[in-house]
Amino acid sequence: MSAPTSSAQAYAEFVKGLWKENPVFVQVLGMCPMLAVTNSAVNAVAMGAATLFVLVGSSFLVSLLRNHIPKQVRISAYIIIIATFVTVIDYLLKAAAPDIHRELGAFIALIVVNCLILGRQEAFASRNTVKMAVADALGMSAGFAFALLCLGSVREILGSGSLFGVSLFGPNFEPWVVMILPPGGFIMLGLILLFFAWLQERAKARRGASAAQGGA
Amino acid sequence: MSPPPATEASSLRMIGTMTFGGLASGLLLVGVFEFTKPIIAANDAAALERAVFDVLPGTTQMGPVVLRDGALALGGDGTDQEDLPTIYLGRDTNGAITGYAIPYQGTGFQDVIKLIYGYQPAGGVVVGMQILDSKETPGLGDKIFKDKAFAANFEALAVQPEIVPVPNGSKTEAHQVDCITGATISSKAVVKIINAGNAEWLGLLPPGDPWAAESPPEQVPVGVLDGPQDEPAEPPLEQAPPPSQAPPSQEASP
Amino acid sequence: MGSYIGIFMGALVINNFTLSYFLGLCPFFGVSGRVTTALRLGLANIFVMLITAFCAWALNTYVLPYAPYLNIISYILVIASTVQFVEMVIKKLSPELFRALGIFLPLITTNCAILGLAIFMTNKGFGLGQGLVYALGAGGGVTLALVLMAGLREEAELSDIPSMMRGTAMNLIIAGLLSLAFMGFAGLFSAG
Repeated sequence: MSAPTSSAQAYAEFVKGLWKENPVFVQVLGMCPMLAVTNSAVNAVAMGAATLFVLVGSSFLVSLLRNHIPKQVRISAYIIIIATFVTVIDYLLKAAAPDIHRELGAFIALIVVNCLILGRQEAFASRNTVKMAVADALGMSAGFAFALLCLGSVREILGSGSLFGVSLFGPNFEPWVVMILPPGGFIMLGLILLFFAWLQERAKARRGASAAQGGA
Repeated sequence: MSPPPATEASSLRMIGTMTFGGLASGLLLVGVFEFTKPIIAANDAAALERAVFDVLPGTTQMGPVVLRDGALALGGDGTDQEDLPTIYLGRDTNGAITGYAIPYQGTGFQDVIKLIYGYQPAGGVVVGMQILDSKETPGLGDKIFKDKAFAANFEALAVQPEIVPVPNGSKTEAHQVDCITGATISSKAVVKIINAGNAEWLGLLPPGDPWAAESPPEQVPVGVLDGPQDEPAEPPLEQAPPPSQAPPSQEASP
Repeated sequence: MGSYIGIFMGALVINNFTLSYFLGLCPFFGVSGRVTTALRLGLANIFVMLITAFCAWALNTYVLPYAPYLNIISYILVIASTVQFVEMVIKKLSPELFRALGIFLPLITTNCAILGLAIFMTNKGFGLGQGLVYALGAGGGVTLALVLMAGLREEAELSDIPSMMRGTAMNLIIAGLLSLAFMGFAGLFSAG
């Protein structure tokens, strides 16, 4: 089969994770951390960075060792690799940024059961070269972080009147507190997904309209 | 795109891979753990020190005091210190006791509230309180650590007969606490936690300063070899300016 | 704070694992909108949680004090093995239940609620009895949320909802309203 330049291919793998196959908005994976740590933009970014570390590291290793891991034990092997990376980032974060570590709490450890990570190992990293696997991991992590940041920013702006800790509206702003509480998380994400569904419908309608006009 | 190897691996190969993977993972984790352990310990110690200095105004040094076999003792480098109930003794630059910082926890509105408060035996008052961990409702219950007026309640709070929460604005006695409007349950929880802490610890606190002899070297009072109950030169609870034989590290007048 | 009723009710409704802590959301949104399936999945969850709580307590008491960095790995391996074991047992005892649960059984392994249970239990310093009660409450809470959600979705399927909203967006908003309702349980066992 024809092989476009591997750099172009790698770039394509990277970009797909950002939008077309965005882990949260399209694949609906990684919901647990998505809702739990997006009560502020800082937490969202920190979680995105931690997930990136784990996903890229795991994909790198899994792809590197893909021909040496026997098929029957592959899931257990992936789990050990992922859990190791998660433990590492847990301790590193605790040492380097104890306040953020306390905010994220148990959800750093819960990265290990983020279906996104195990899913990428099984679906992609175990079947592709290291370069492609890392590109895919970077793209998926970036897409995940983007989704986290979207929801985190909206929830923080509405629920605390600030962004990244910087007060936006002054002291007289009455924050919509429910936004940083669990119900707000659910509803806000639902509305964001609704928005994306609407975008997709419009794109489909436009494609349908232009197709109907024929290929002149 | 190459699929994973389709051939059946032998049991030996499977066990070998998993064992190797487990060992490699274990080694990496031990390394990271040992590397971060001192940093994490230093962070925790610094945070604790900040909290104790905060709830015991005027404190410049602190040390742990553990409950061992029903009696209080200075926690030194004892290895059994970790599992023993611990409070913290604060001293100012003269070595005089500023008070005891007591960490305690209890049920709040949403979940457990962890706090630390400073108790000054001389006046029988709580002199400071800091919330260490709370999951109270943002915007309402979280005012227990955001509201300065609420924190001011704990700056000279008498503990006898018992700390009593009262509706906001109706505080008349020294042992009352003005609750936060709209966060009464969280406020009452804080009061309840401190009362419980007092019930557990205040009876154990020694009168005076039995550990003056064990204070840091530069604070060694004259005649320490005469016995453990030696009181320092000036009255222990007065925050008097340092006398002439005070250590060279005294700061200039504020 | 240590009272068993407090722990149980706390995990069941006040700090519901799904609606307050955002754990166990994959089956929550993925499971078919049928109450019977949700109930069975919930019961499987409770069973796995009870075993996990016991193993977590054993690990915390005998193994992890010597190697605290092995916590995540050991918990997840215990969970994976337990789920494997439960799968085999269900397959043997009730093949039709096994078929009904389908893919959701092995997915319990990646259910954040189980690992979350182990971690929260450790952070709160629960002993064996408290841990088991916590697991019962947490599992019960997850089951409660699953069943409620399935029931609401069954109803929603018969309602006139714009096609754009159908799917995860609608489920999220329903979940948000459920979560809002459960917030009413806060303060049930408070200091007041």
